[in-house]
Amino acid sequence: MTPQARPGGAVVTFEHVTKRYGPPGVPPAVDDLSLAIPAGEICVLVGPSGCGKTTTMRMINRLAEPTAGRITIDGQDVRDLSAVELRRGIGYVIQQVGLFPHLTVGENVAIVPRLLRWPEPRIRERVEELLELVGLEPGAYRARYPASLSGGERQRVGVARALAADPPVMLMDEPFGAVDPILRDRLQNELLRLQAKVGKTIVFVTHDVDEAIKMADRVAILRRGGVLAQFDTPEAILSAPASEFVEHFVGADRGLKRLSLAKVRDLQLIQPLIVRVGEPRVEVRRRMEVDGTGYALLVDAADRPLGWVDSAELAADGTLTEEEATPGAPPLQPETTLRDALSTLLGSSVQLGVVTDERDRVLGLLSVDAISEVLRPDATAPRS
Amino acid sequence: MNDQPFFRIDWVIDNLDEIGGRVGEHLVMTGIAIGVGLVISFGLALLIRRVRPLYGPTIAITGALYSIPSLALFALLIPITGLSLLTAEIALVSYTLLILVRNIVAALDGVPAEVLDAADGMGFGSVERLWRVELPIALPVIVAGVRIATVTTIGLVTVTSLIGLGGLGYLIVNTGINRFFATSIYTGVALSVALAVLADVGLESLQRRLTPWARARSG
Amino acid sequence: MEFLGEVAAWFSDPASWEGRNSIPLRLWEHVSLSATALALGVLIALPIGLAIGHSGRGARAAVAITNIGRAIPSLGWLGMVLPITLVLFERGGLGFLPALIALVALAIPPIVTNTYAGLREVDRELIDAARGMGMGERRILTAVEVPIALPVILAGVRSSAVQVVATATLAAVVAGGTLGDFILQGIFVRDLPRVFGAALMVAVLALATEGLFALLQRLATSPGLRAATDVGRTS
Repeated sequence: MTPQARPGGAVVTFEHVTKRYGPPGVPPAVDDLSLAIPAGEICVLVGPSGCGKTTTMRMINRLAEPTAGRITIDGQDVRDLSAVELRRGIGYVIQQVGLFPHLTVGENVAIVPRLLRWPEPRIRERVEELLELVGLEPGAYRARYPASLSGGERQRVGVARALAADPPVMLMDEPFGAVDPILRDRLQNELLRLQAKVGKTIVFVTHDVDEAIKMADRVAILRRGGVLAQFDTPEAILSAPASEFVEHFVGADRGLKRLSLAKVRDLQLIQPLIVRVGEPRVEVRRRMEVDGTGYALLVDAADRPLGWVDSAELAADGTLTEEEATPGAPPLQPETTLRDALSTLLGSSVQLGVVTDERDRVLGLLSVDAISEVLRPDATAPRS
Repeated sequence: MNDQPFFRIDWVIDNLDEIGGRVGEHLVMTGIAIGVGLVISFGLALLIRRVRPLYGPTIAITGALYSIPSLALFALLIPITGLSLLTAEIALVSYTLLILVRNIVAALDGVPAEVLDAADGMGFGSVERLWRVELPIALPVIVAGVRIATVTTIGLVTVTSLIGLGGLGYLIVNTGINRFFATSIYTGVALSVALAVLADVGLESLQRRLTPWARARSG
Repeated sequence: MEFLGEVAAWFSDPASWEGRNSIPLRLWEHVSLSATALALGVLIALPIGLAIGHSGRGARAAVAITNIGRAIPSLGWLGMVLPITLVLFERGGLGFLPALIALVALAIPPIVTNTYAGLREVDRELIDAARGMGMGERRILTAVEVPIALPVILAGVRSSAVQVVATATLAAVVAGGTLGDFILQGIFVRDLPRVFGAALMVAVLALATEGLFALLQRLATSPGLRAATDVGRTS
């Protein structure tokens, strides 16, 4: 997910934007903010409460009007359009989702296309497509009412609704703030997968640093009074915080946080000695002597890992059986973040983890040492 | 009516005794209706708390009674109880039931379960518990219901003049509308509104005095 | 039993069904007076309620007016309007006008308060979402606020309707006419079967009105809201 302009998004810029709610003299909510959000990127606005992150976002679709400065989308001043026209071209997702309870799922998704007076057949087609896109089977969900949906389903409908008119820019105000951590993680992953397909410019507001680091191509950290503290990629913010405030805000465990930016597949895997069920023990012993590590990974006929075999405990003759293996840590996948991998390994008190593919076949081994290498202060975390 | 002043204060002054008497009648009829209504409603509410399934039918029946226009309900009773105070009171009491039963049940249901648990744990008998724990806690909501019922009843009592009874309705209809005499009409209406407002304010302050803890909590 | 026979006799007497004091005429007077008053009440109260509810301005005045309205007895409304219309339009030939004015005045407060309260109860997040999607203010009102508040608004119309039908009975006192007229005549001439028969019709009419509006309320509520807000009586 390297920052690169994608065709689906638009560039959003803030030029010396200030927003005051009180008279001059009262500290502003947003103070002289300038930043440029590249097209097709997820820009996360994060900061403590009262930092003006939501106000900043709401100025893009003019739910709040700047006191000074200007905001442009693809070079056009947002004030060139009427507020209503502007908003129809910008997706908007809020924490409580805001699905209209008196309308069905299909009607909710169709709101903006209807406002734009699309022909009905096109609207129907678009609704199908969007529900499909967010993983809700149209036949089963189109006619249901929001009251009958789970929190996760509601949130997906909210995203589909925001995408309805294919807007280049999406605004998301703590979209996952009201769901439980497990569901939040799933919805975050879904959004990232979706974004890989649609490539919108997404302005995402959260107060959760972990969420910011996970979701963002670029993070804007704001401090009280709407002052931009740092605007950079997550890696840069974690490895080189611009100020004490940023360092404090991202937390003392920013080393660990960097681990969540990288995946298992980003590291070089070790190829272990692999032995199969049914192999003669004499042969196994010989191969282990050549290898010199004193242990081997036992796999079944389908190459699925069964556990470890220790040369010291190997019987003299006969063939290897399944029962001989000592199980290790649960297998890791290439998509697992290094942070999760480390915690899996530490949790099972082993030094090596087996990495498997989607069919559970062995891909290689990951060592705790390799992970801690990434943590060295001067190392740059590889980005997946 | 056009030849005389719209409102003749001298008539009011000359007839203070008569007006005072009508206010008295009005208060008595209202008081009987609310008193009897409260007793019946409490009985029904306590019964409902023991036998829950009775709640729906009770509300449906008292709700239907509530929808019947007052003059019609009086009229339906006249063949049985005649043009009497009893006719009026049966109807007036019927109207209080919906509001009072609903409020008393809601008020008692609103007593926190942990409070009841604590009371049981301390060895309250069921009558003691009702009298010393549940009722005091439920009082503000019950009084709120009594206030609505009282204001409504004060208005309805005016209609009893149409079946030959007194009250402020007598000033509105008999010496007012029937004689095209505006002063009497407005005197009757104004006093009826005044009674309603005074009763409302009075009951509110009574409730505050009876439940000092509620004041401390909200203040 | 004998009495009920007399009531039936009144209903079946051909004289009760023709002329200037017939059941159909009184029933028509009752229904048309009520319907006209309710329609005018809705026409006046709904825009006021919508304006207050959407903008949030003027709520305090609305609440104050409603409270005063509630304290004035329905018979009082009829009584108060009579002298004023007499002064304004000179005497004679007024017919149902004073009664109509009183009934309209009576119909307005429940509709204003319920419309206002219904709109205010709509979640602010929904309005924010609607605005964020590019709905104009008028569309937010018609496409989001009103449909969601409809059950509460109709509950207000329902309680106005029941009250208007009830008070139309009392209109007989100032205007003559309506089914209430039979009751007053009957009391005056001690014709109890007529009193009872008319009262029966009034009661049925009131319950039918209640039922009709309850049905309307149910039909007009989006199925998506039905589970959440099963609105009962407001009074």
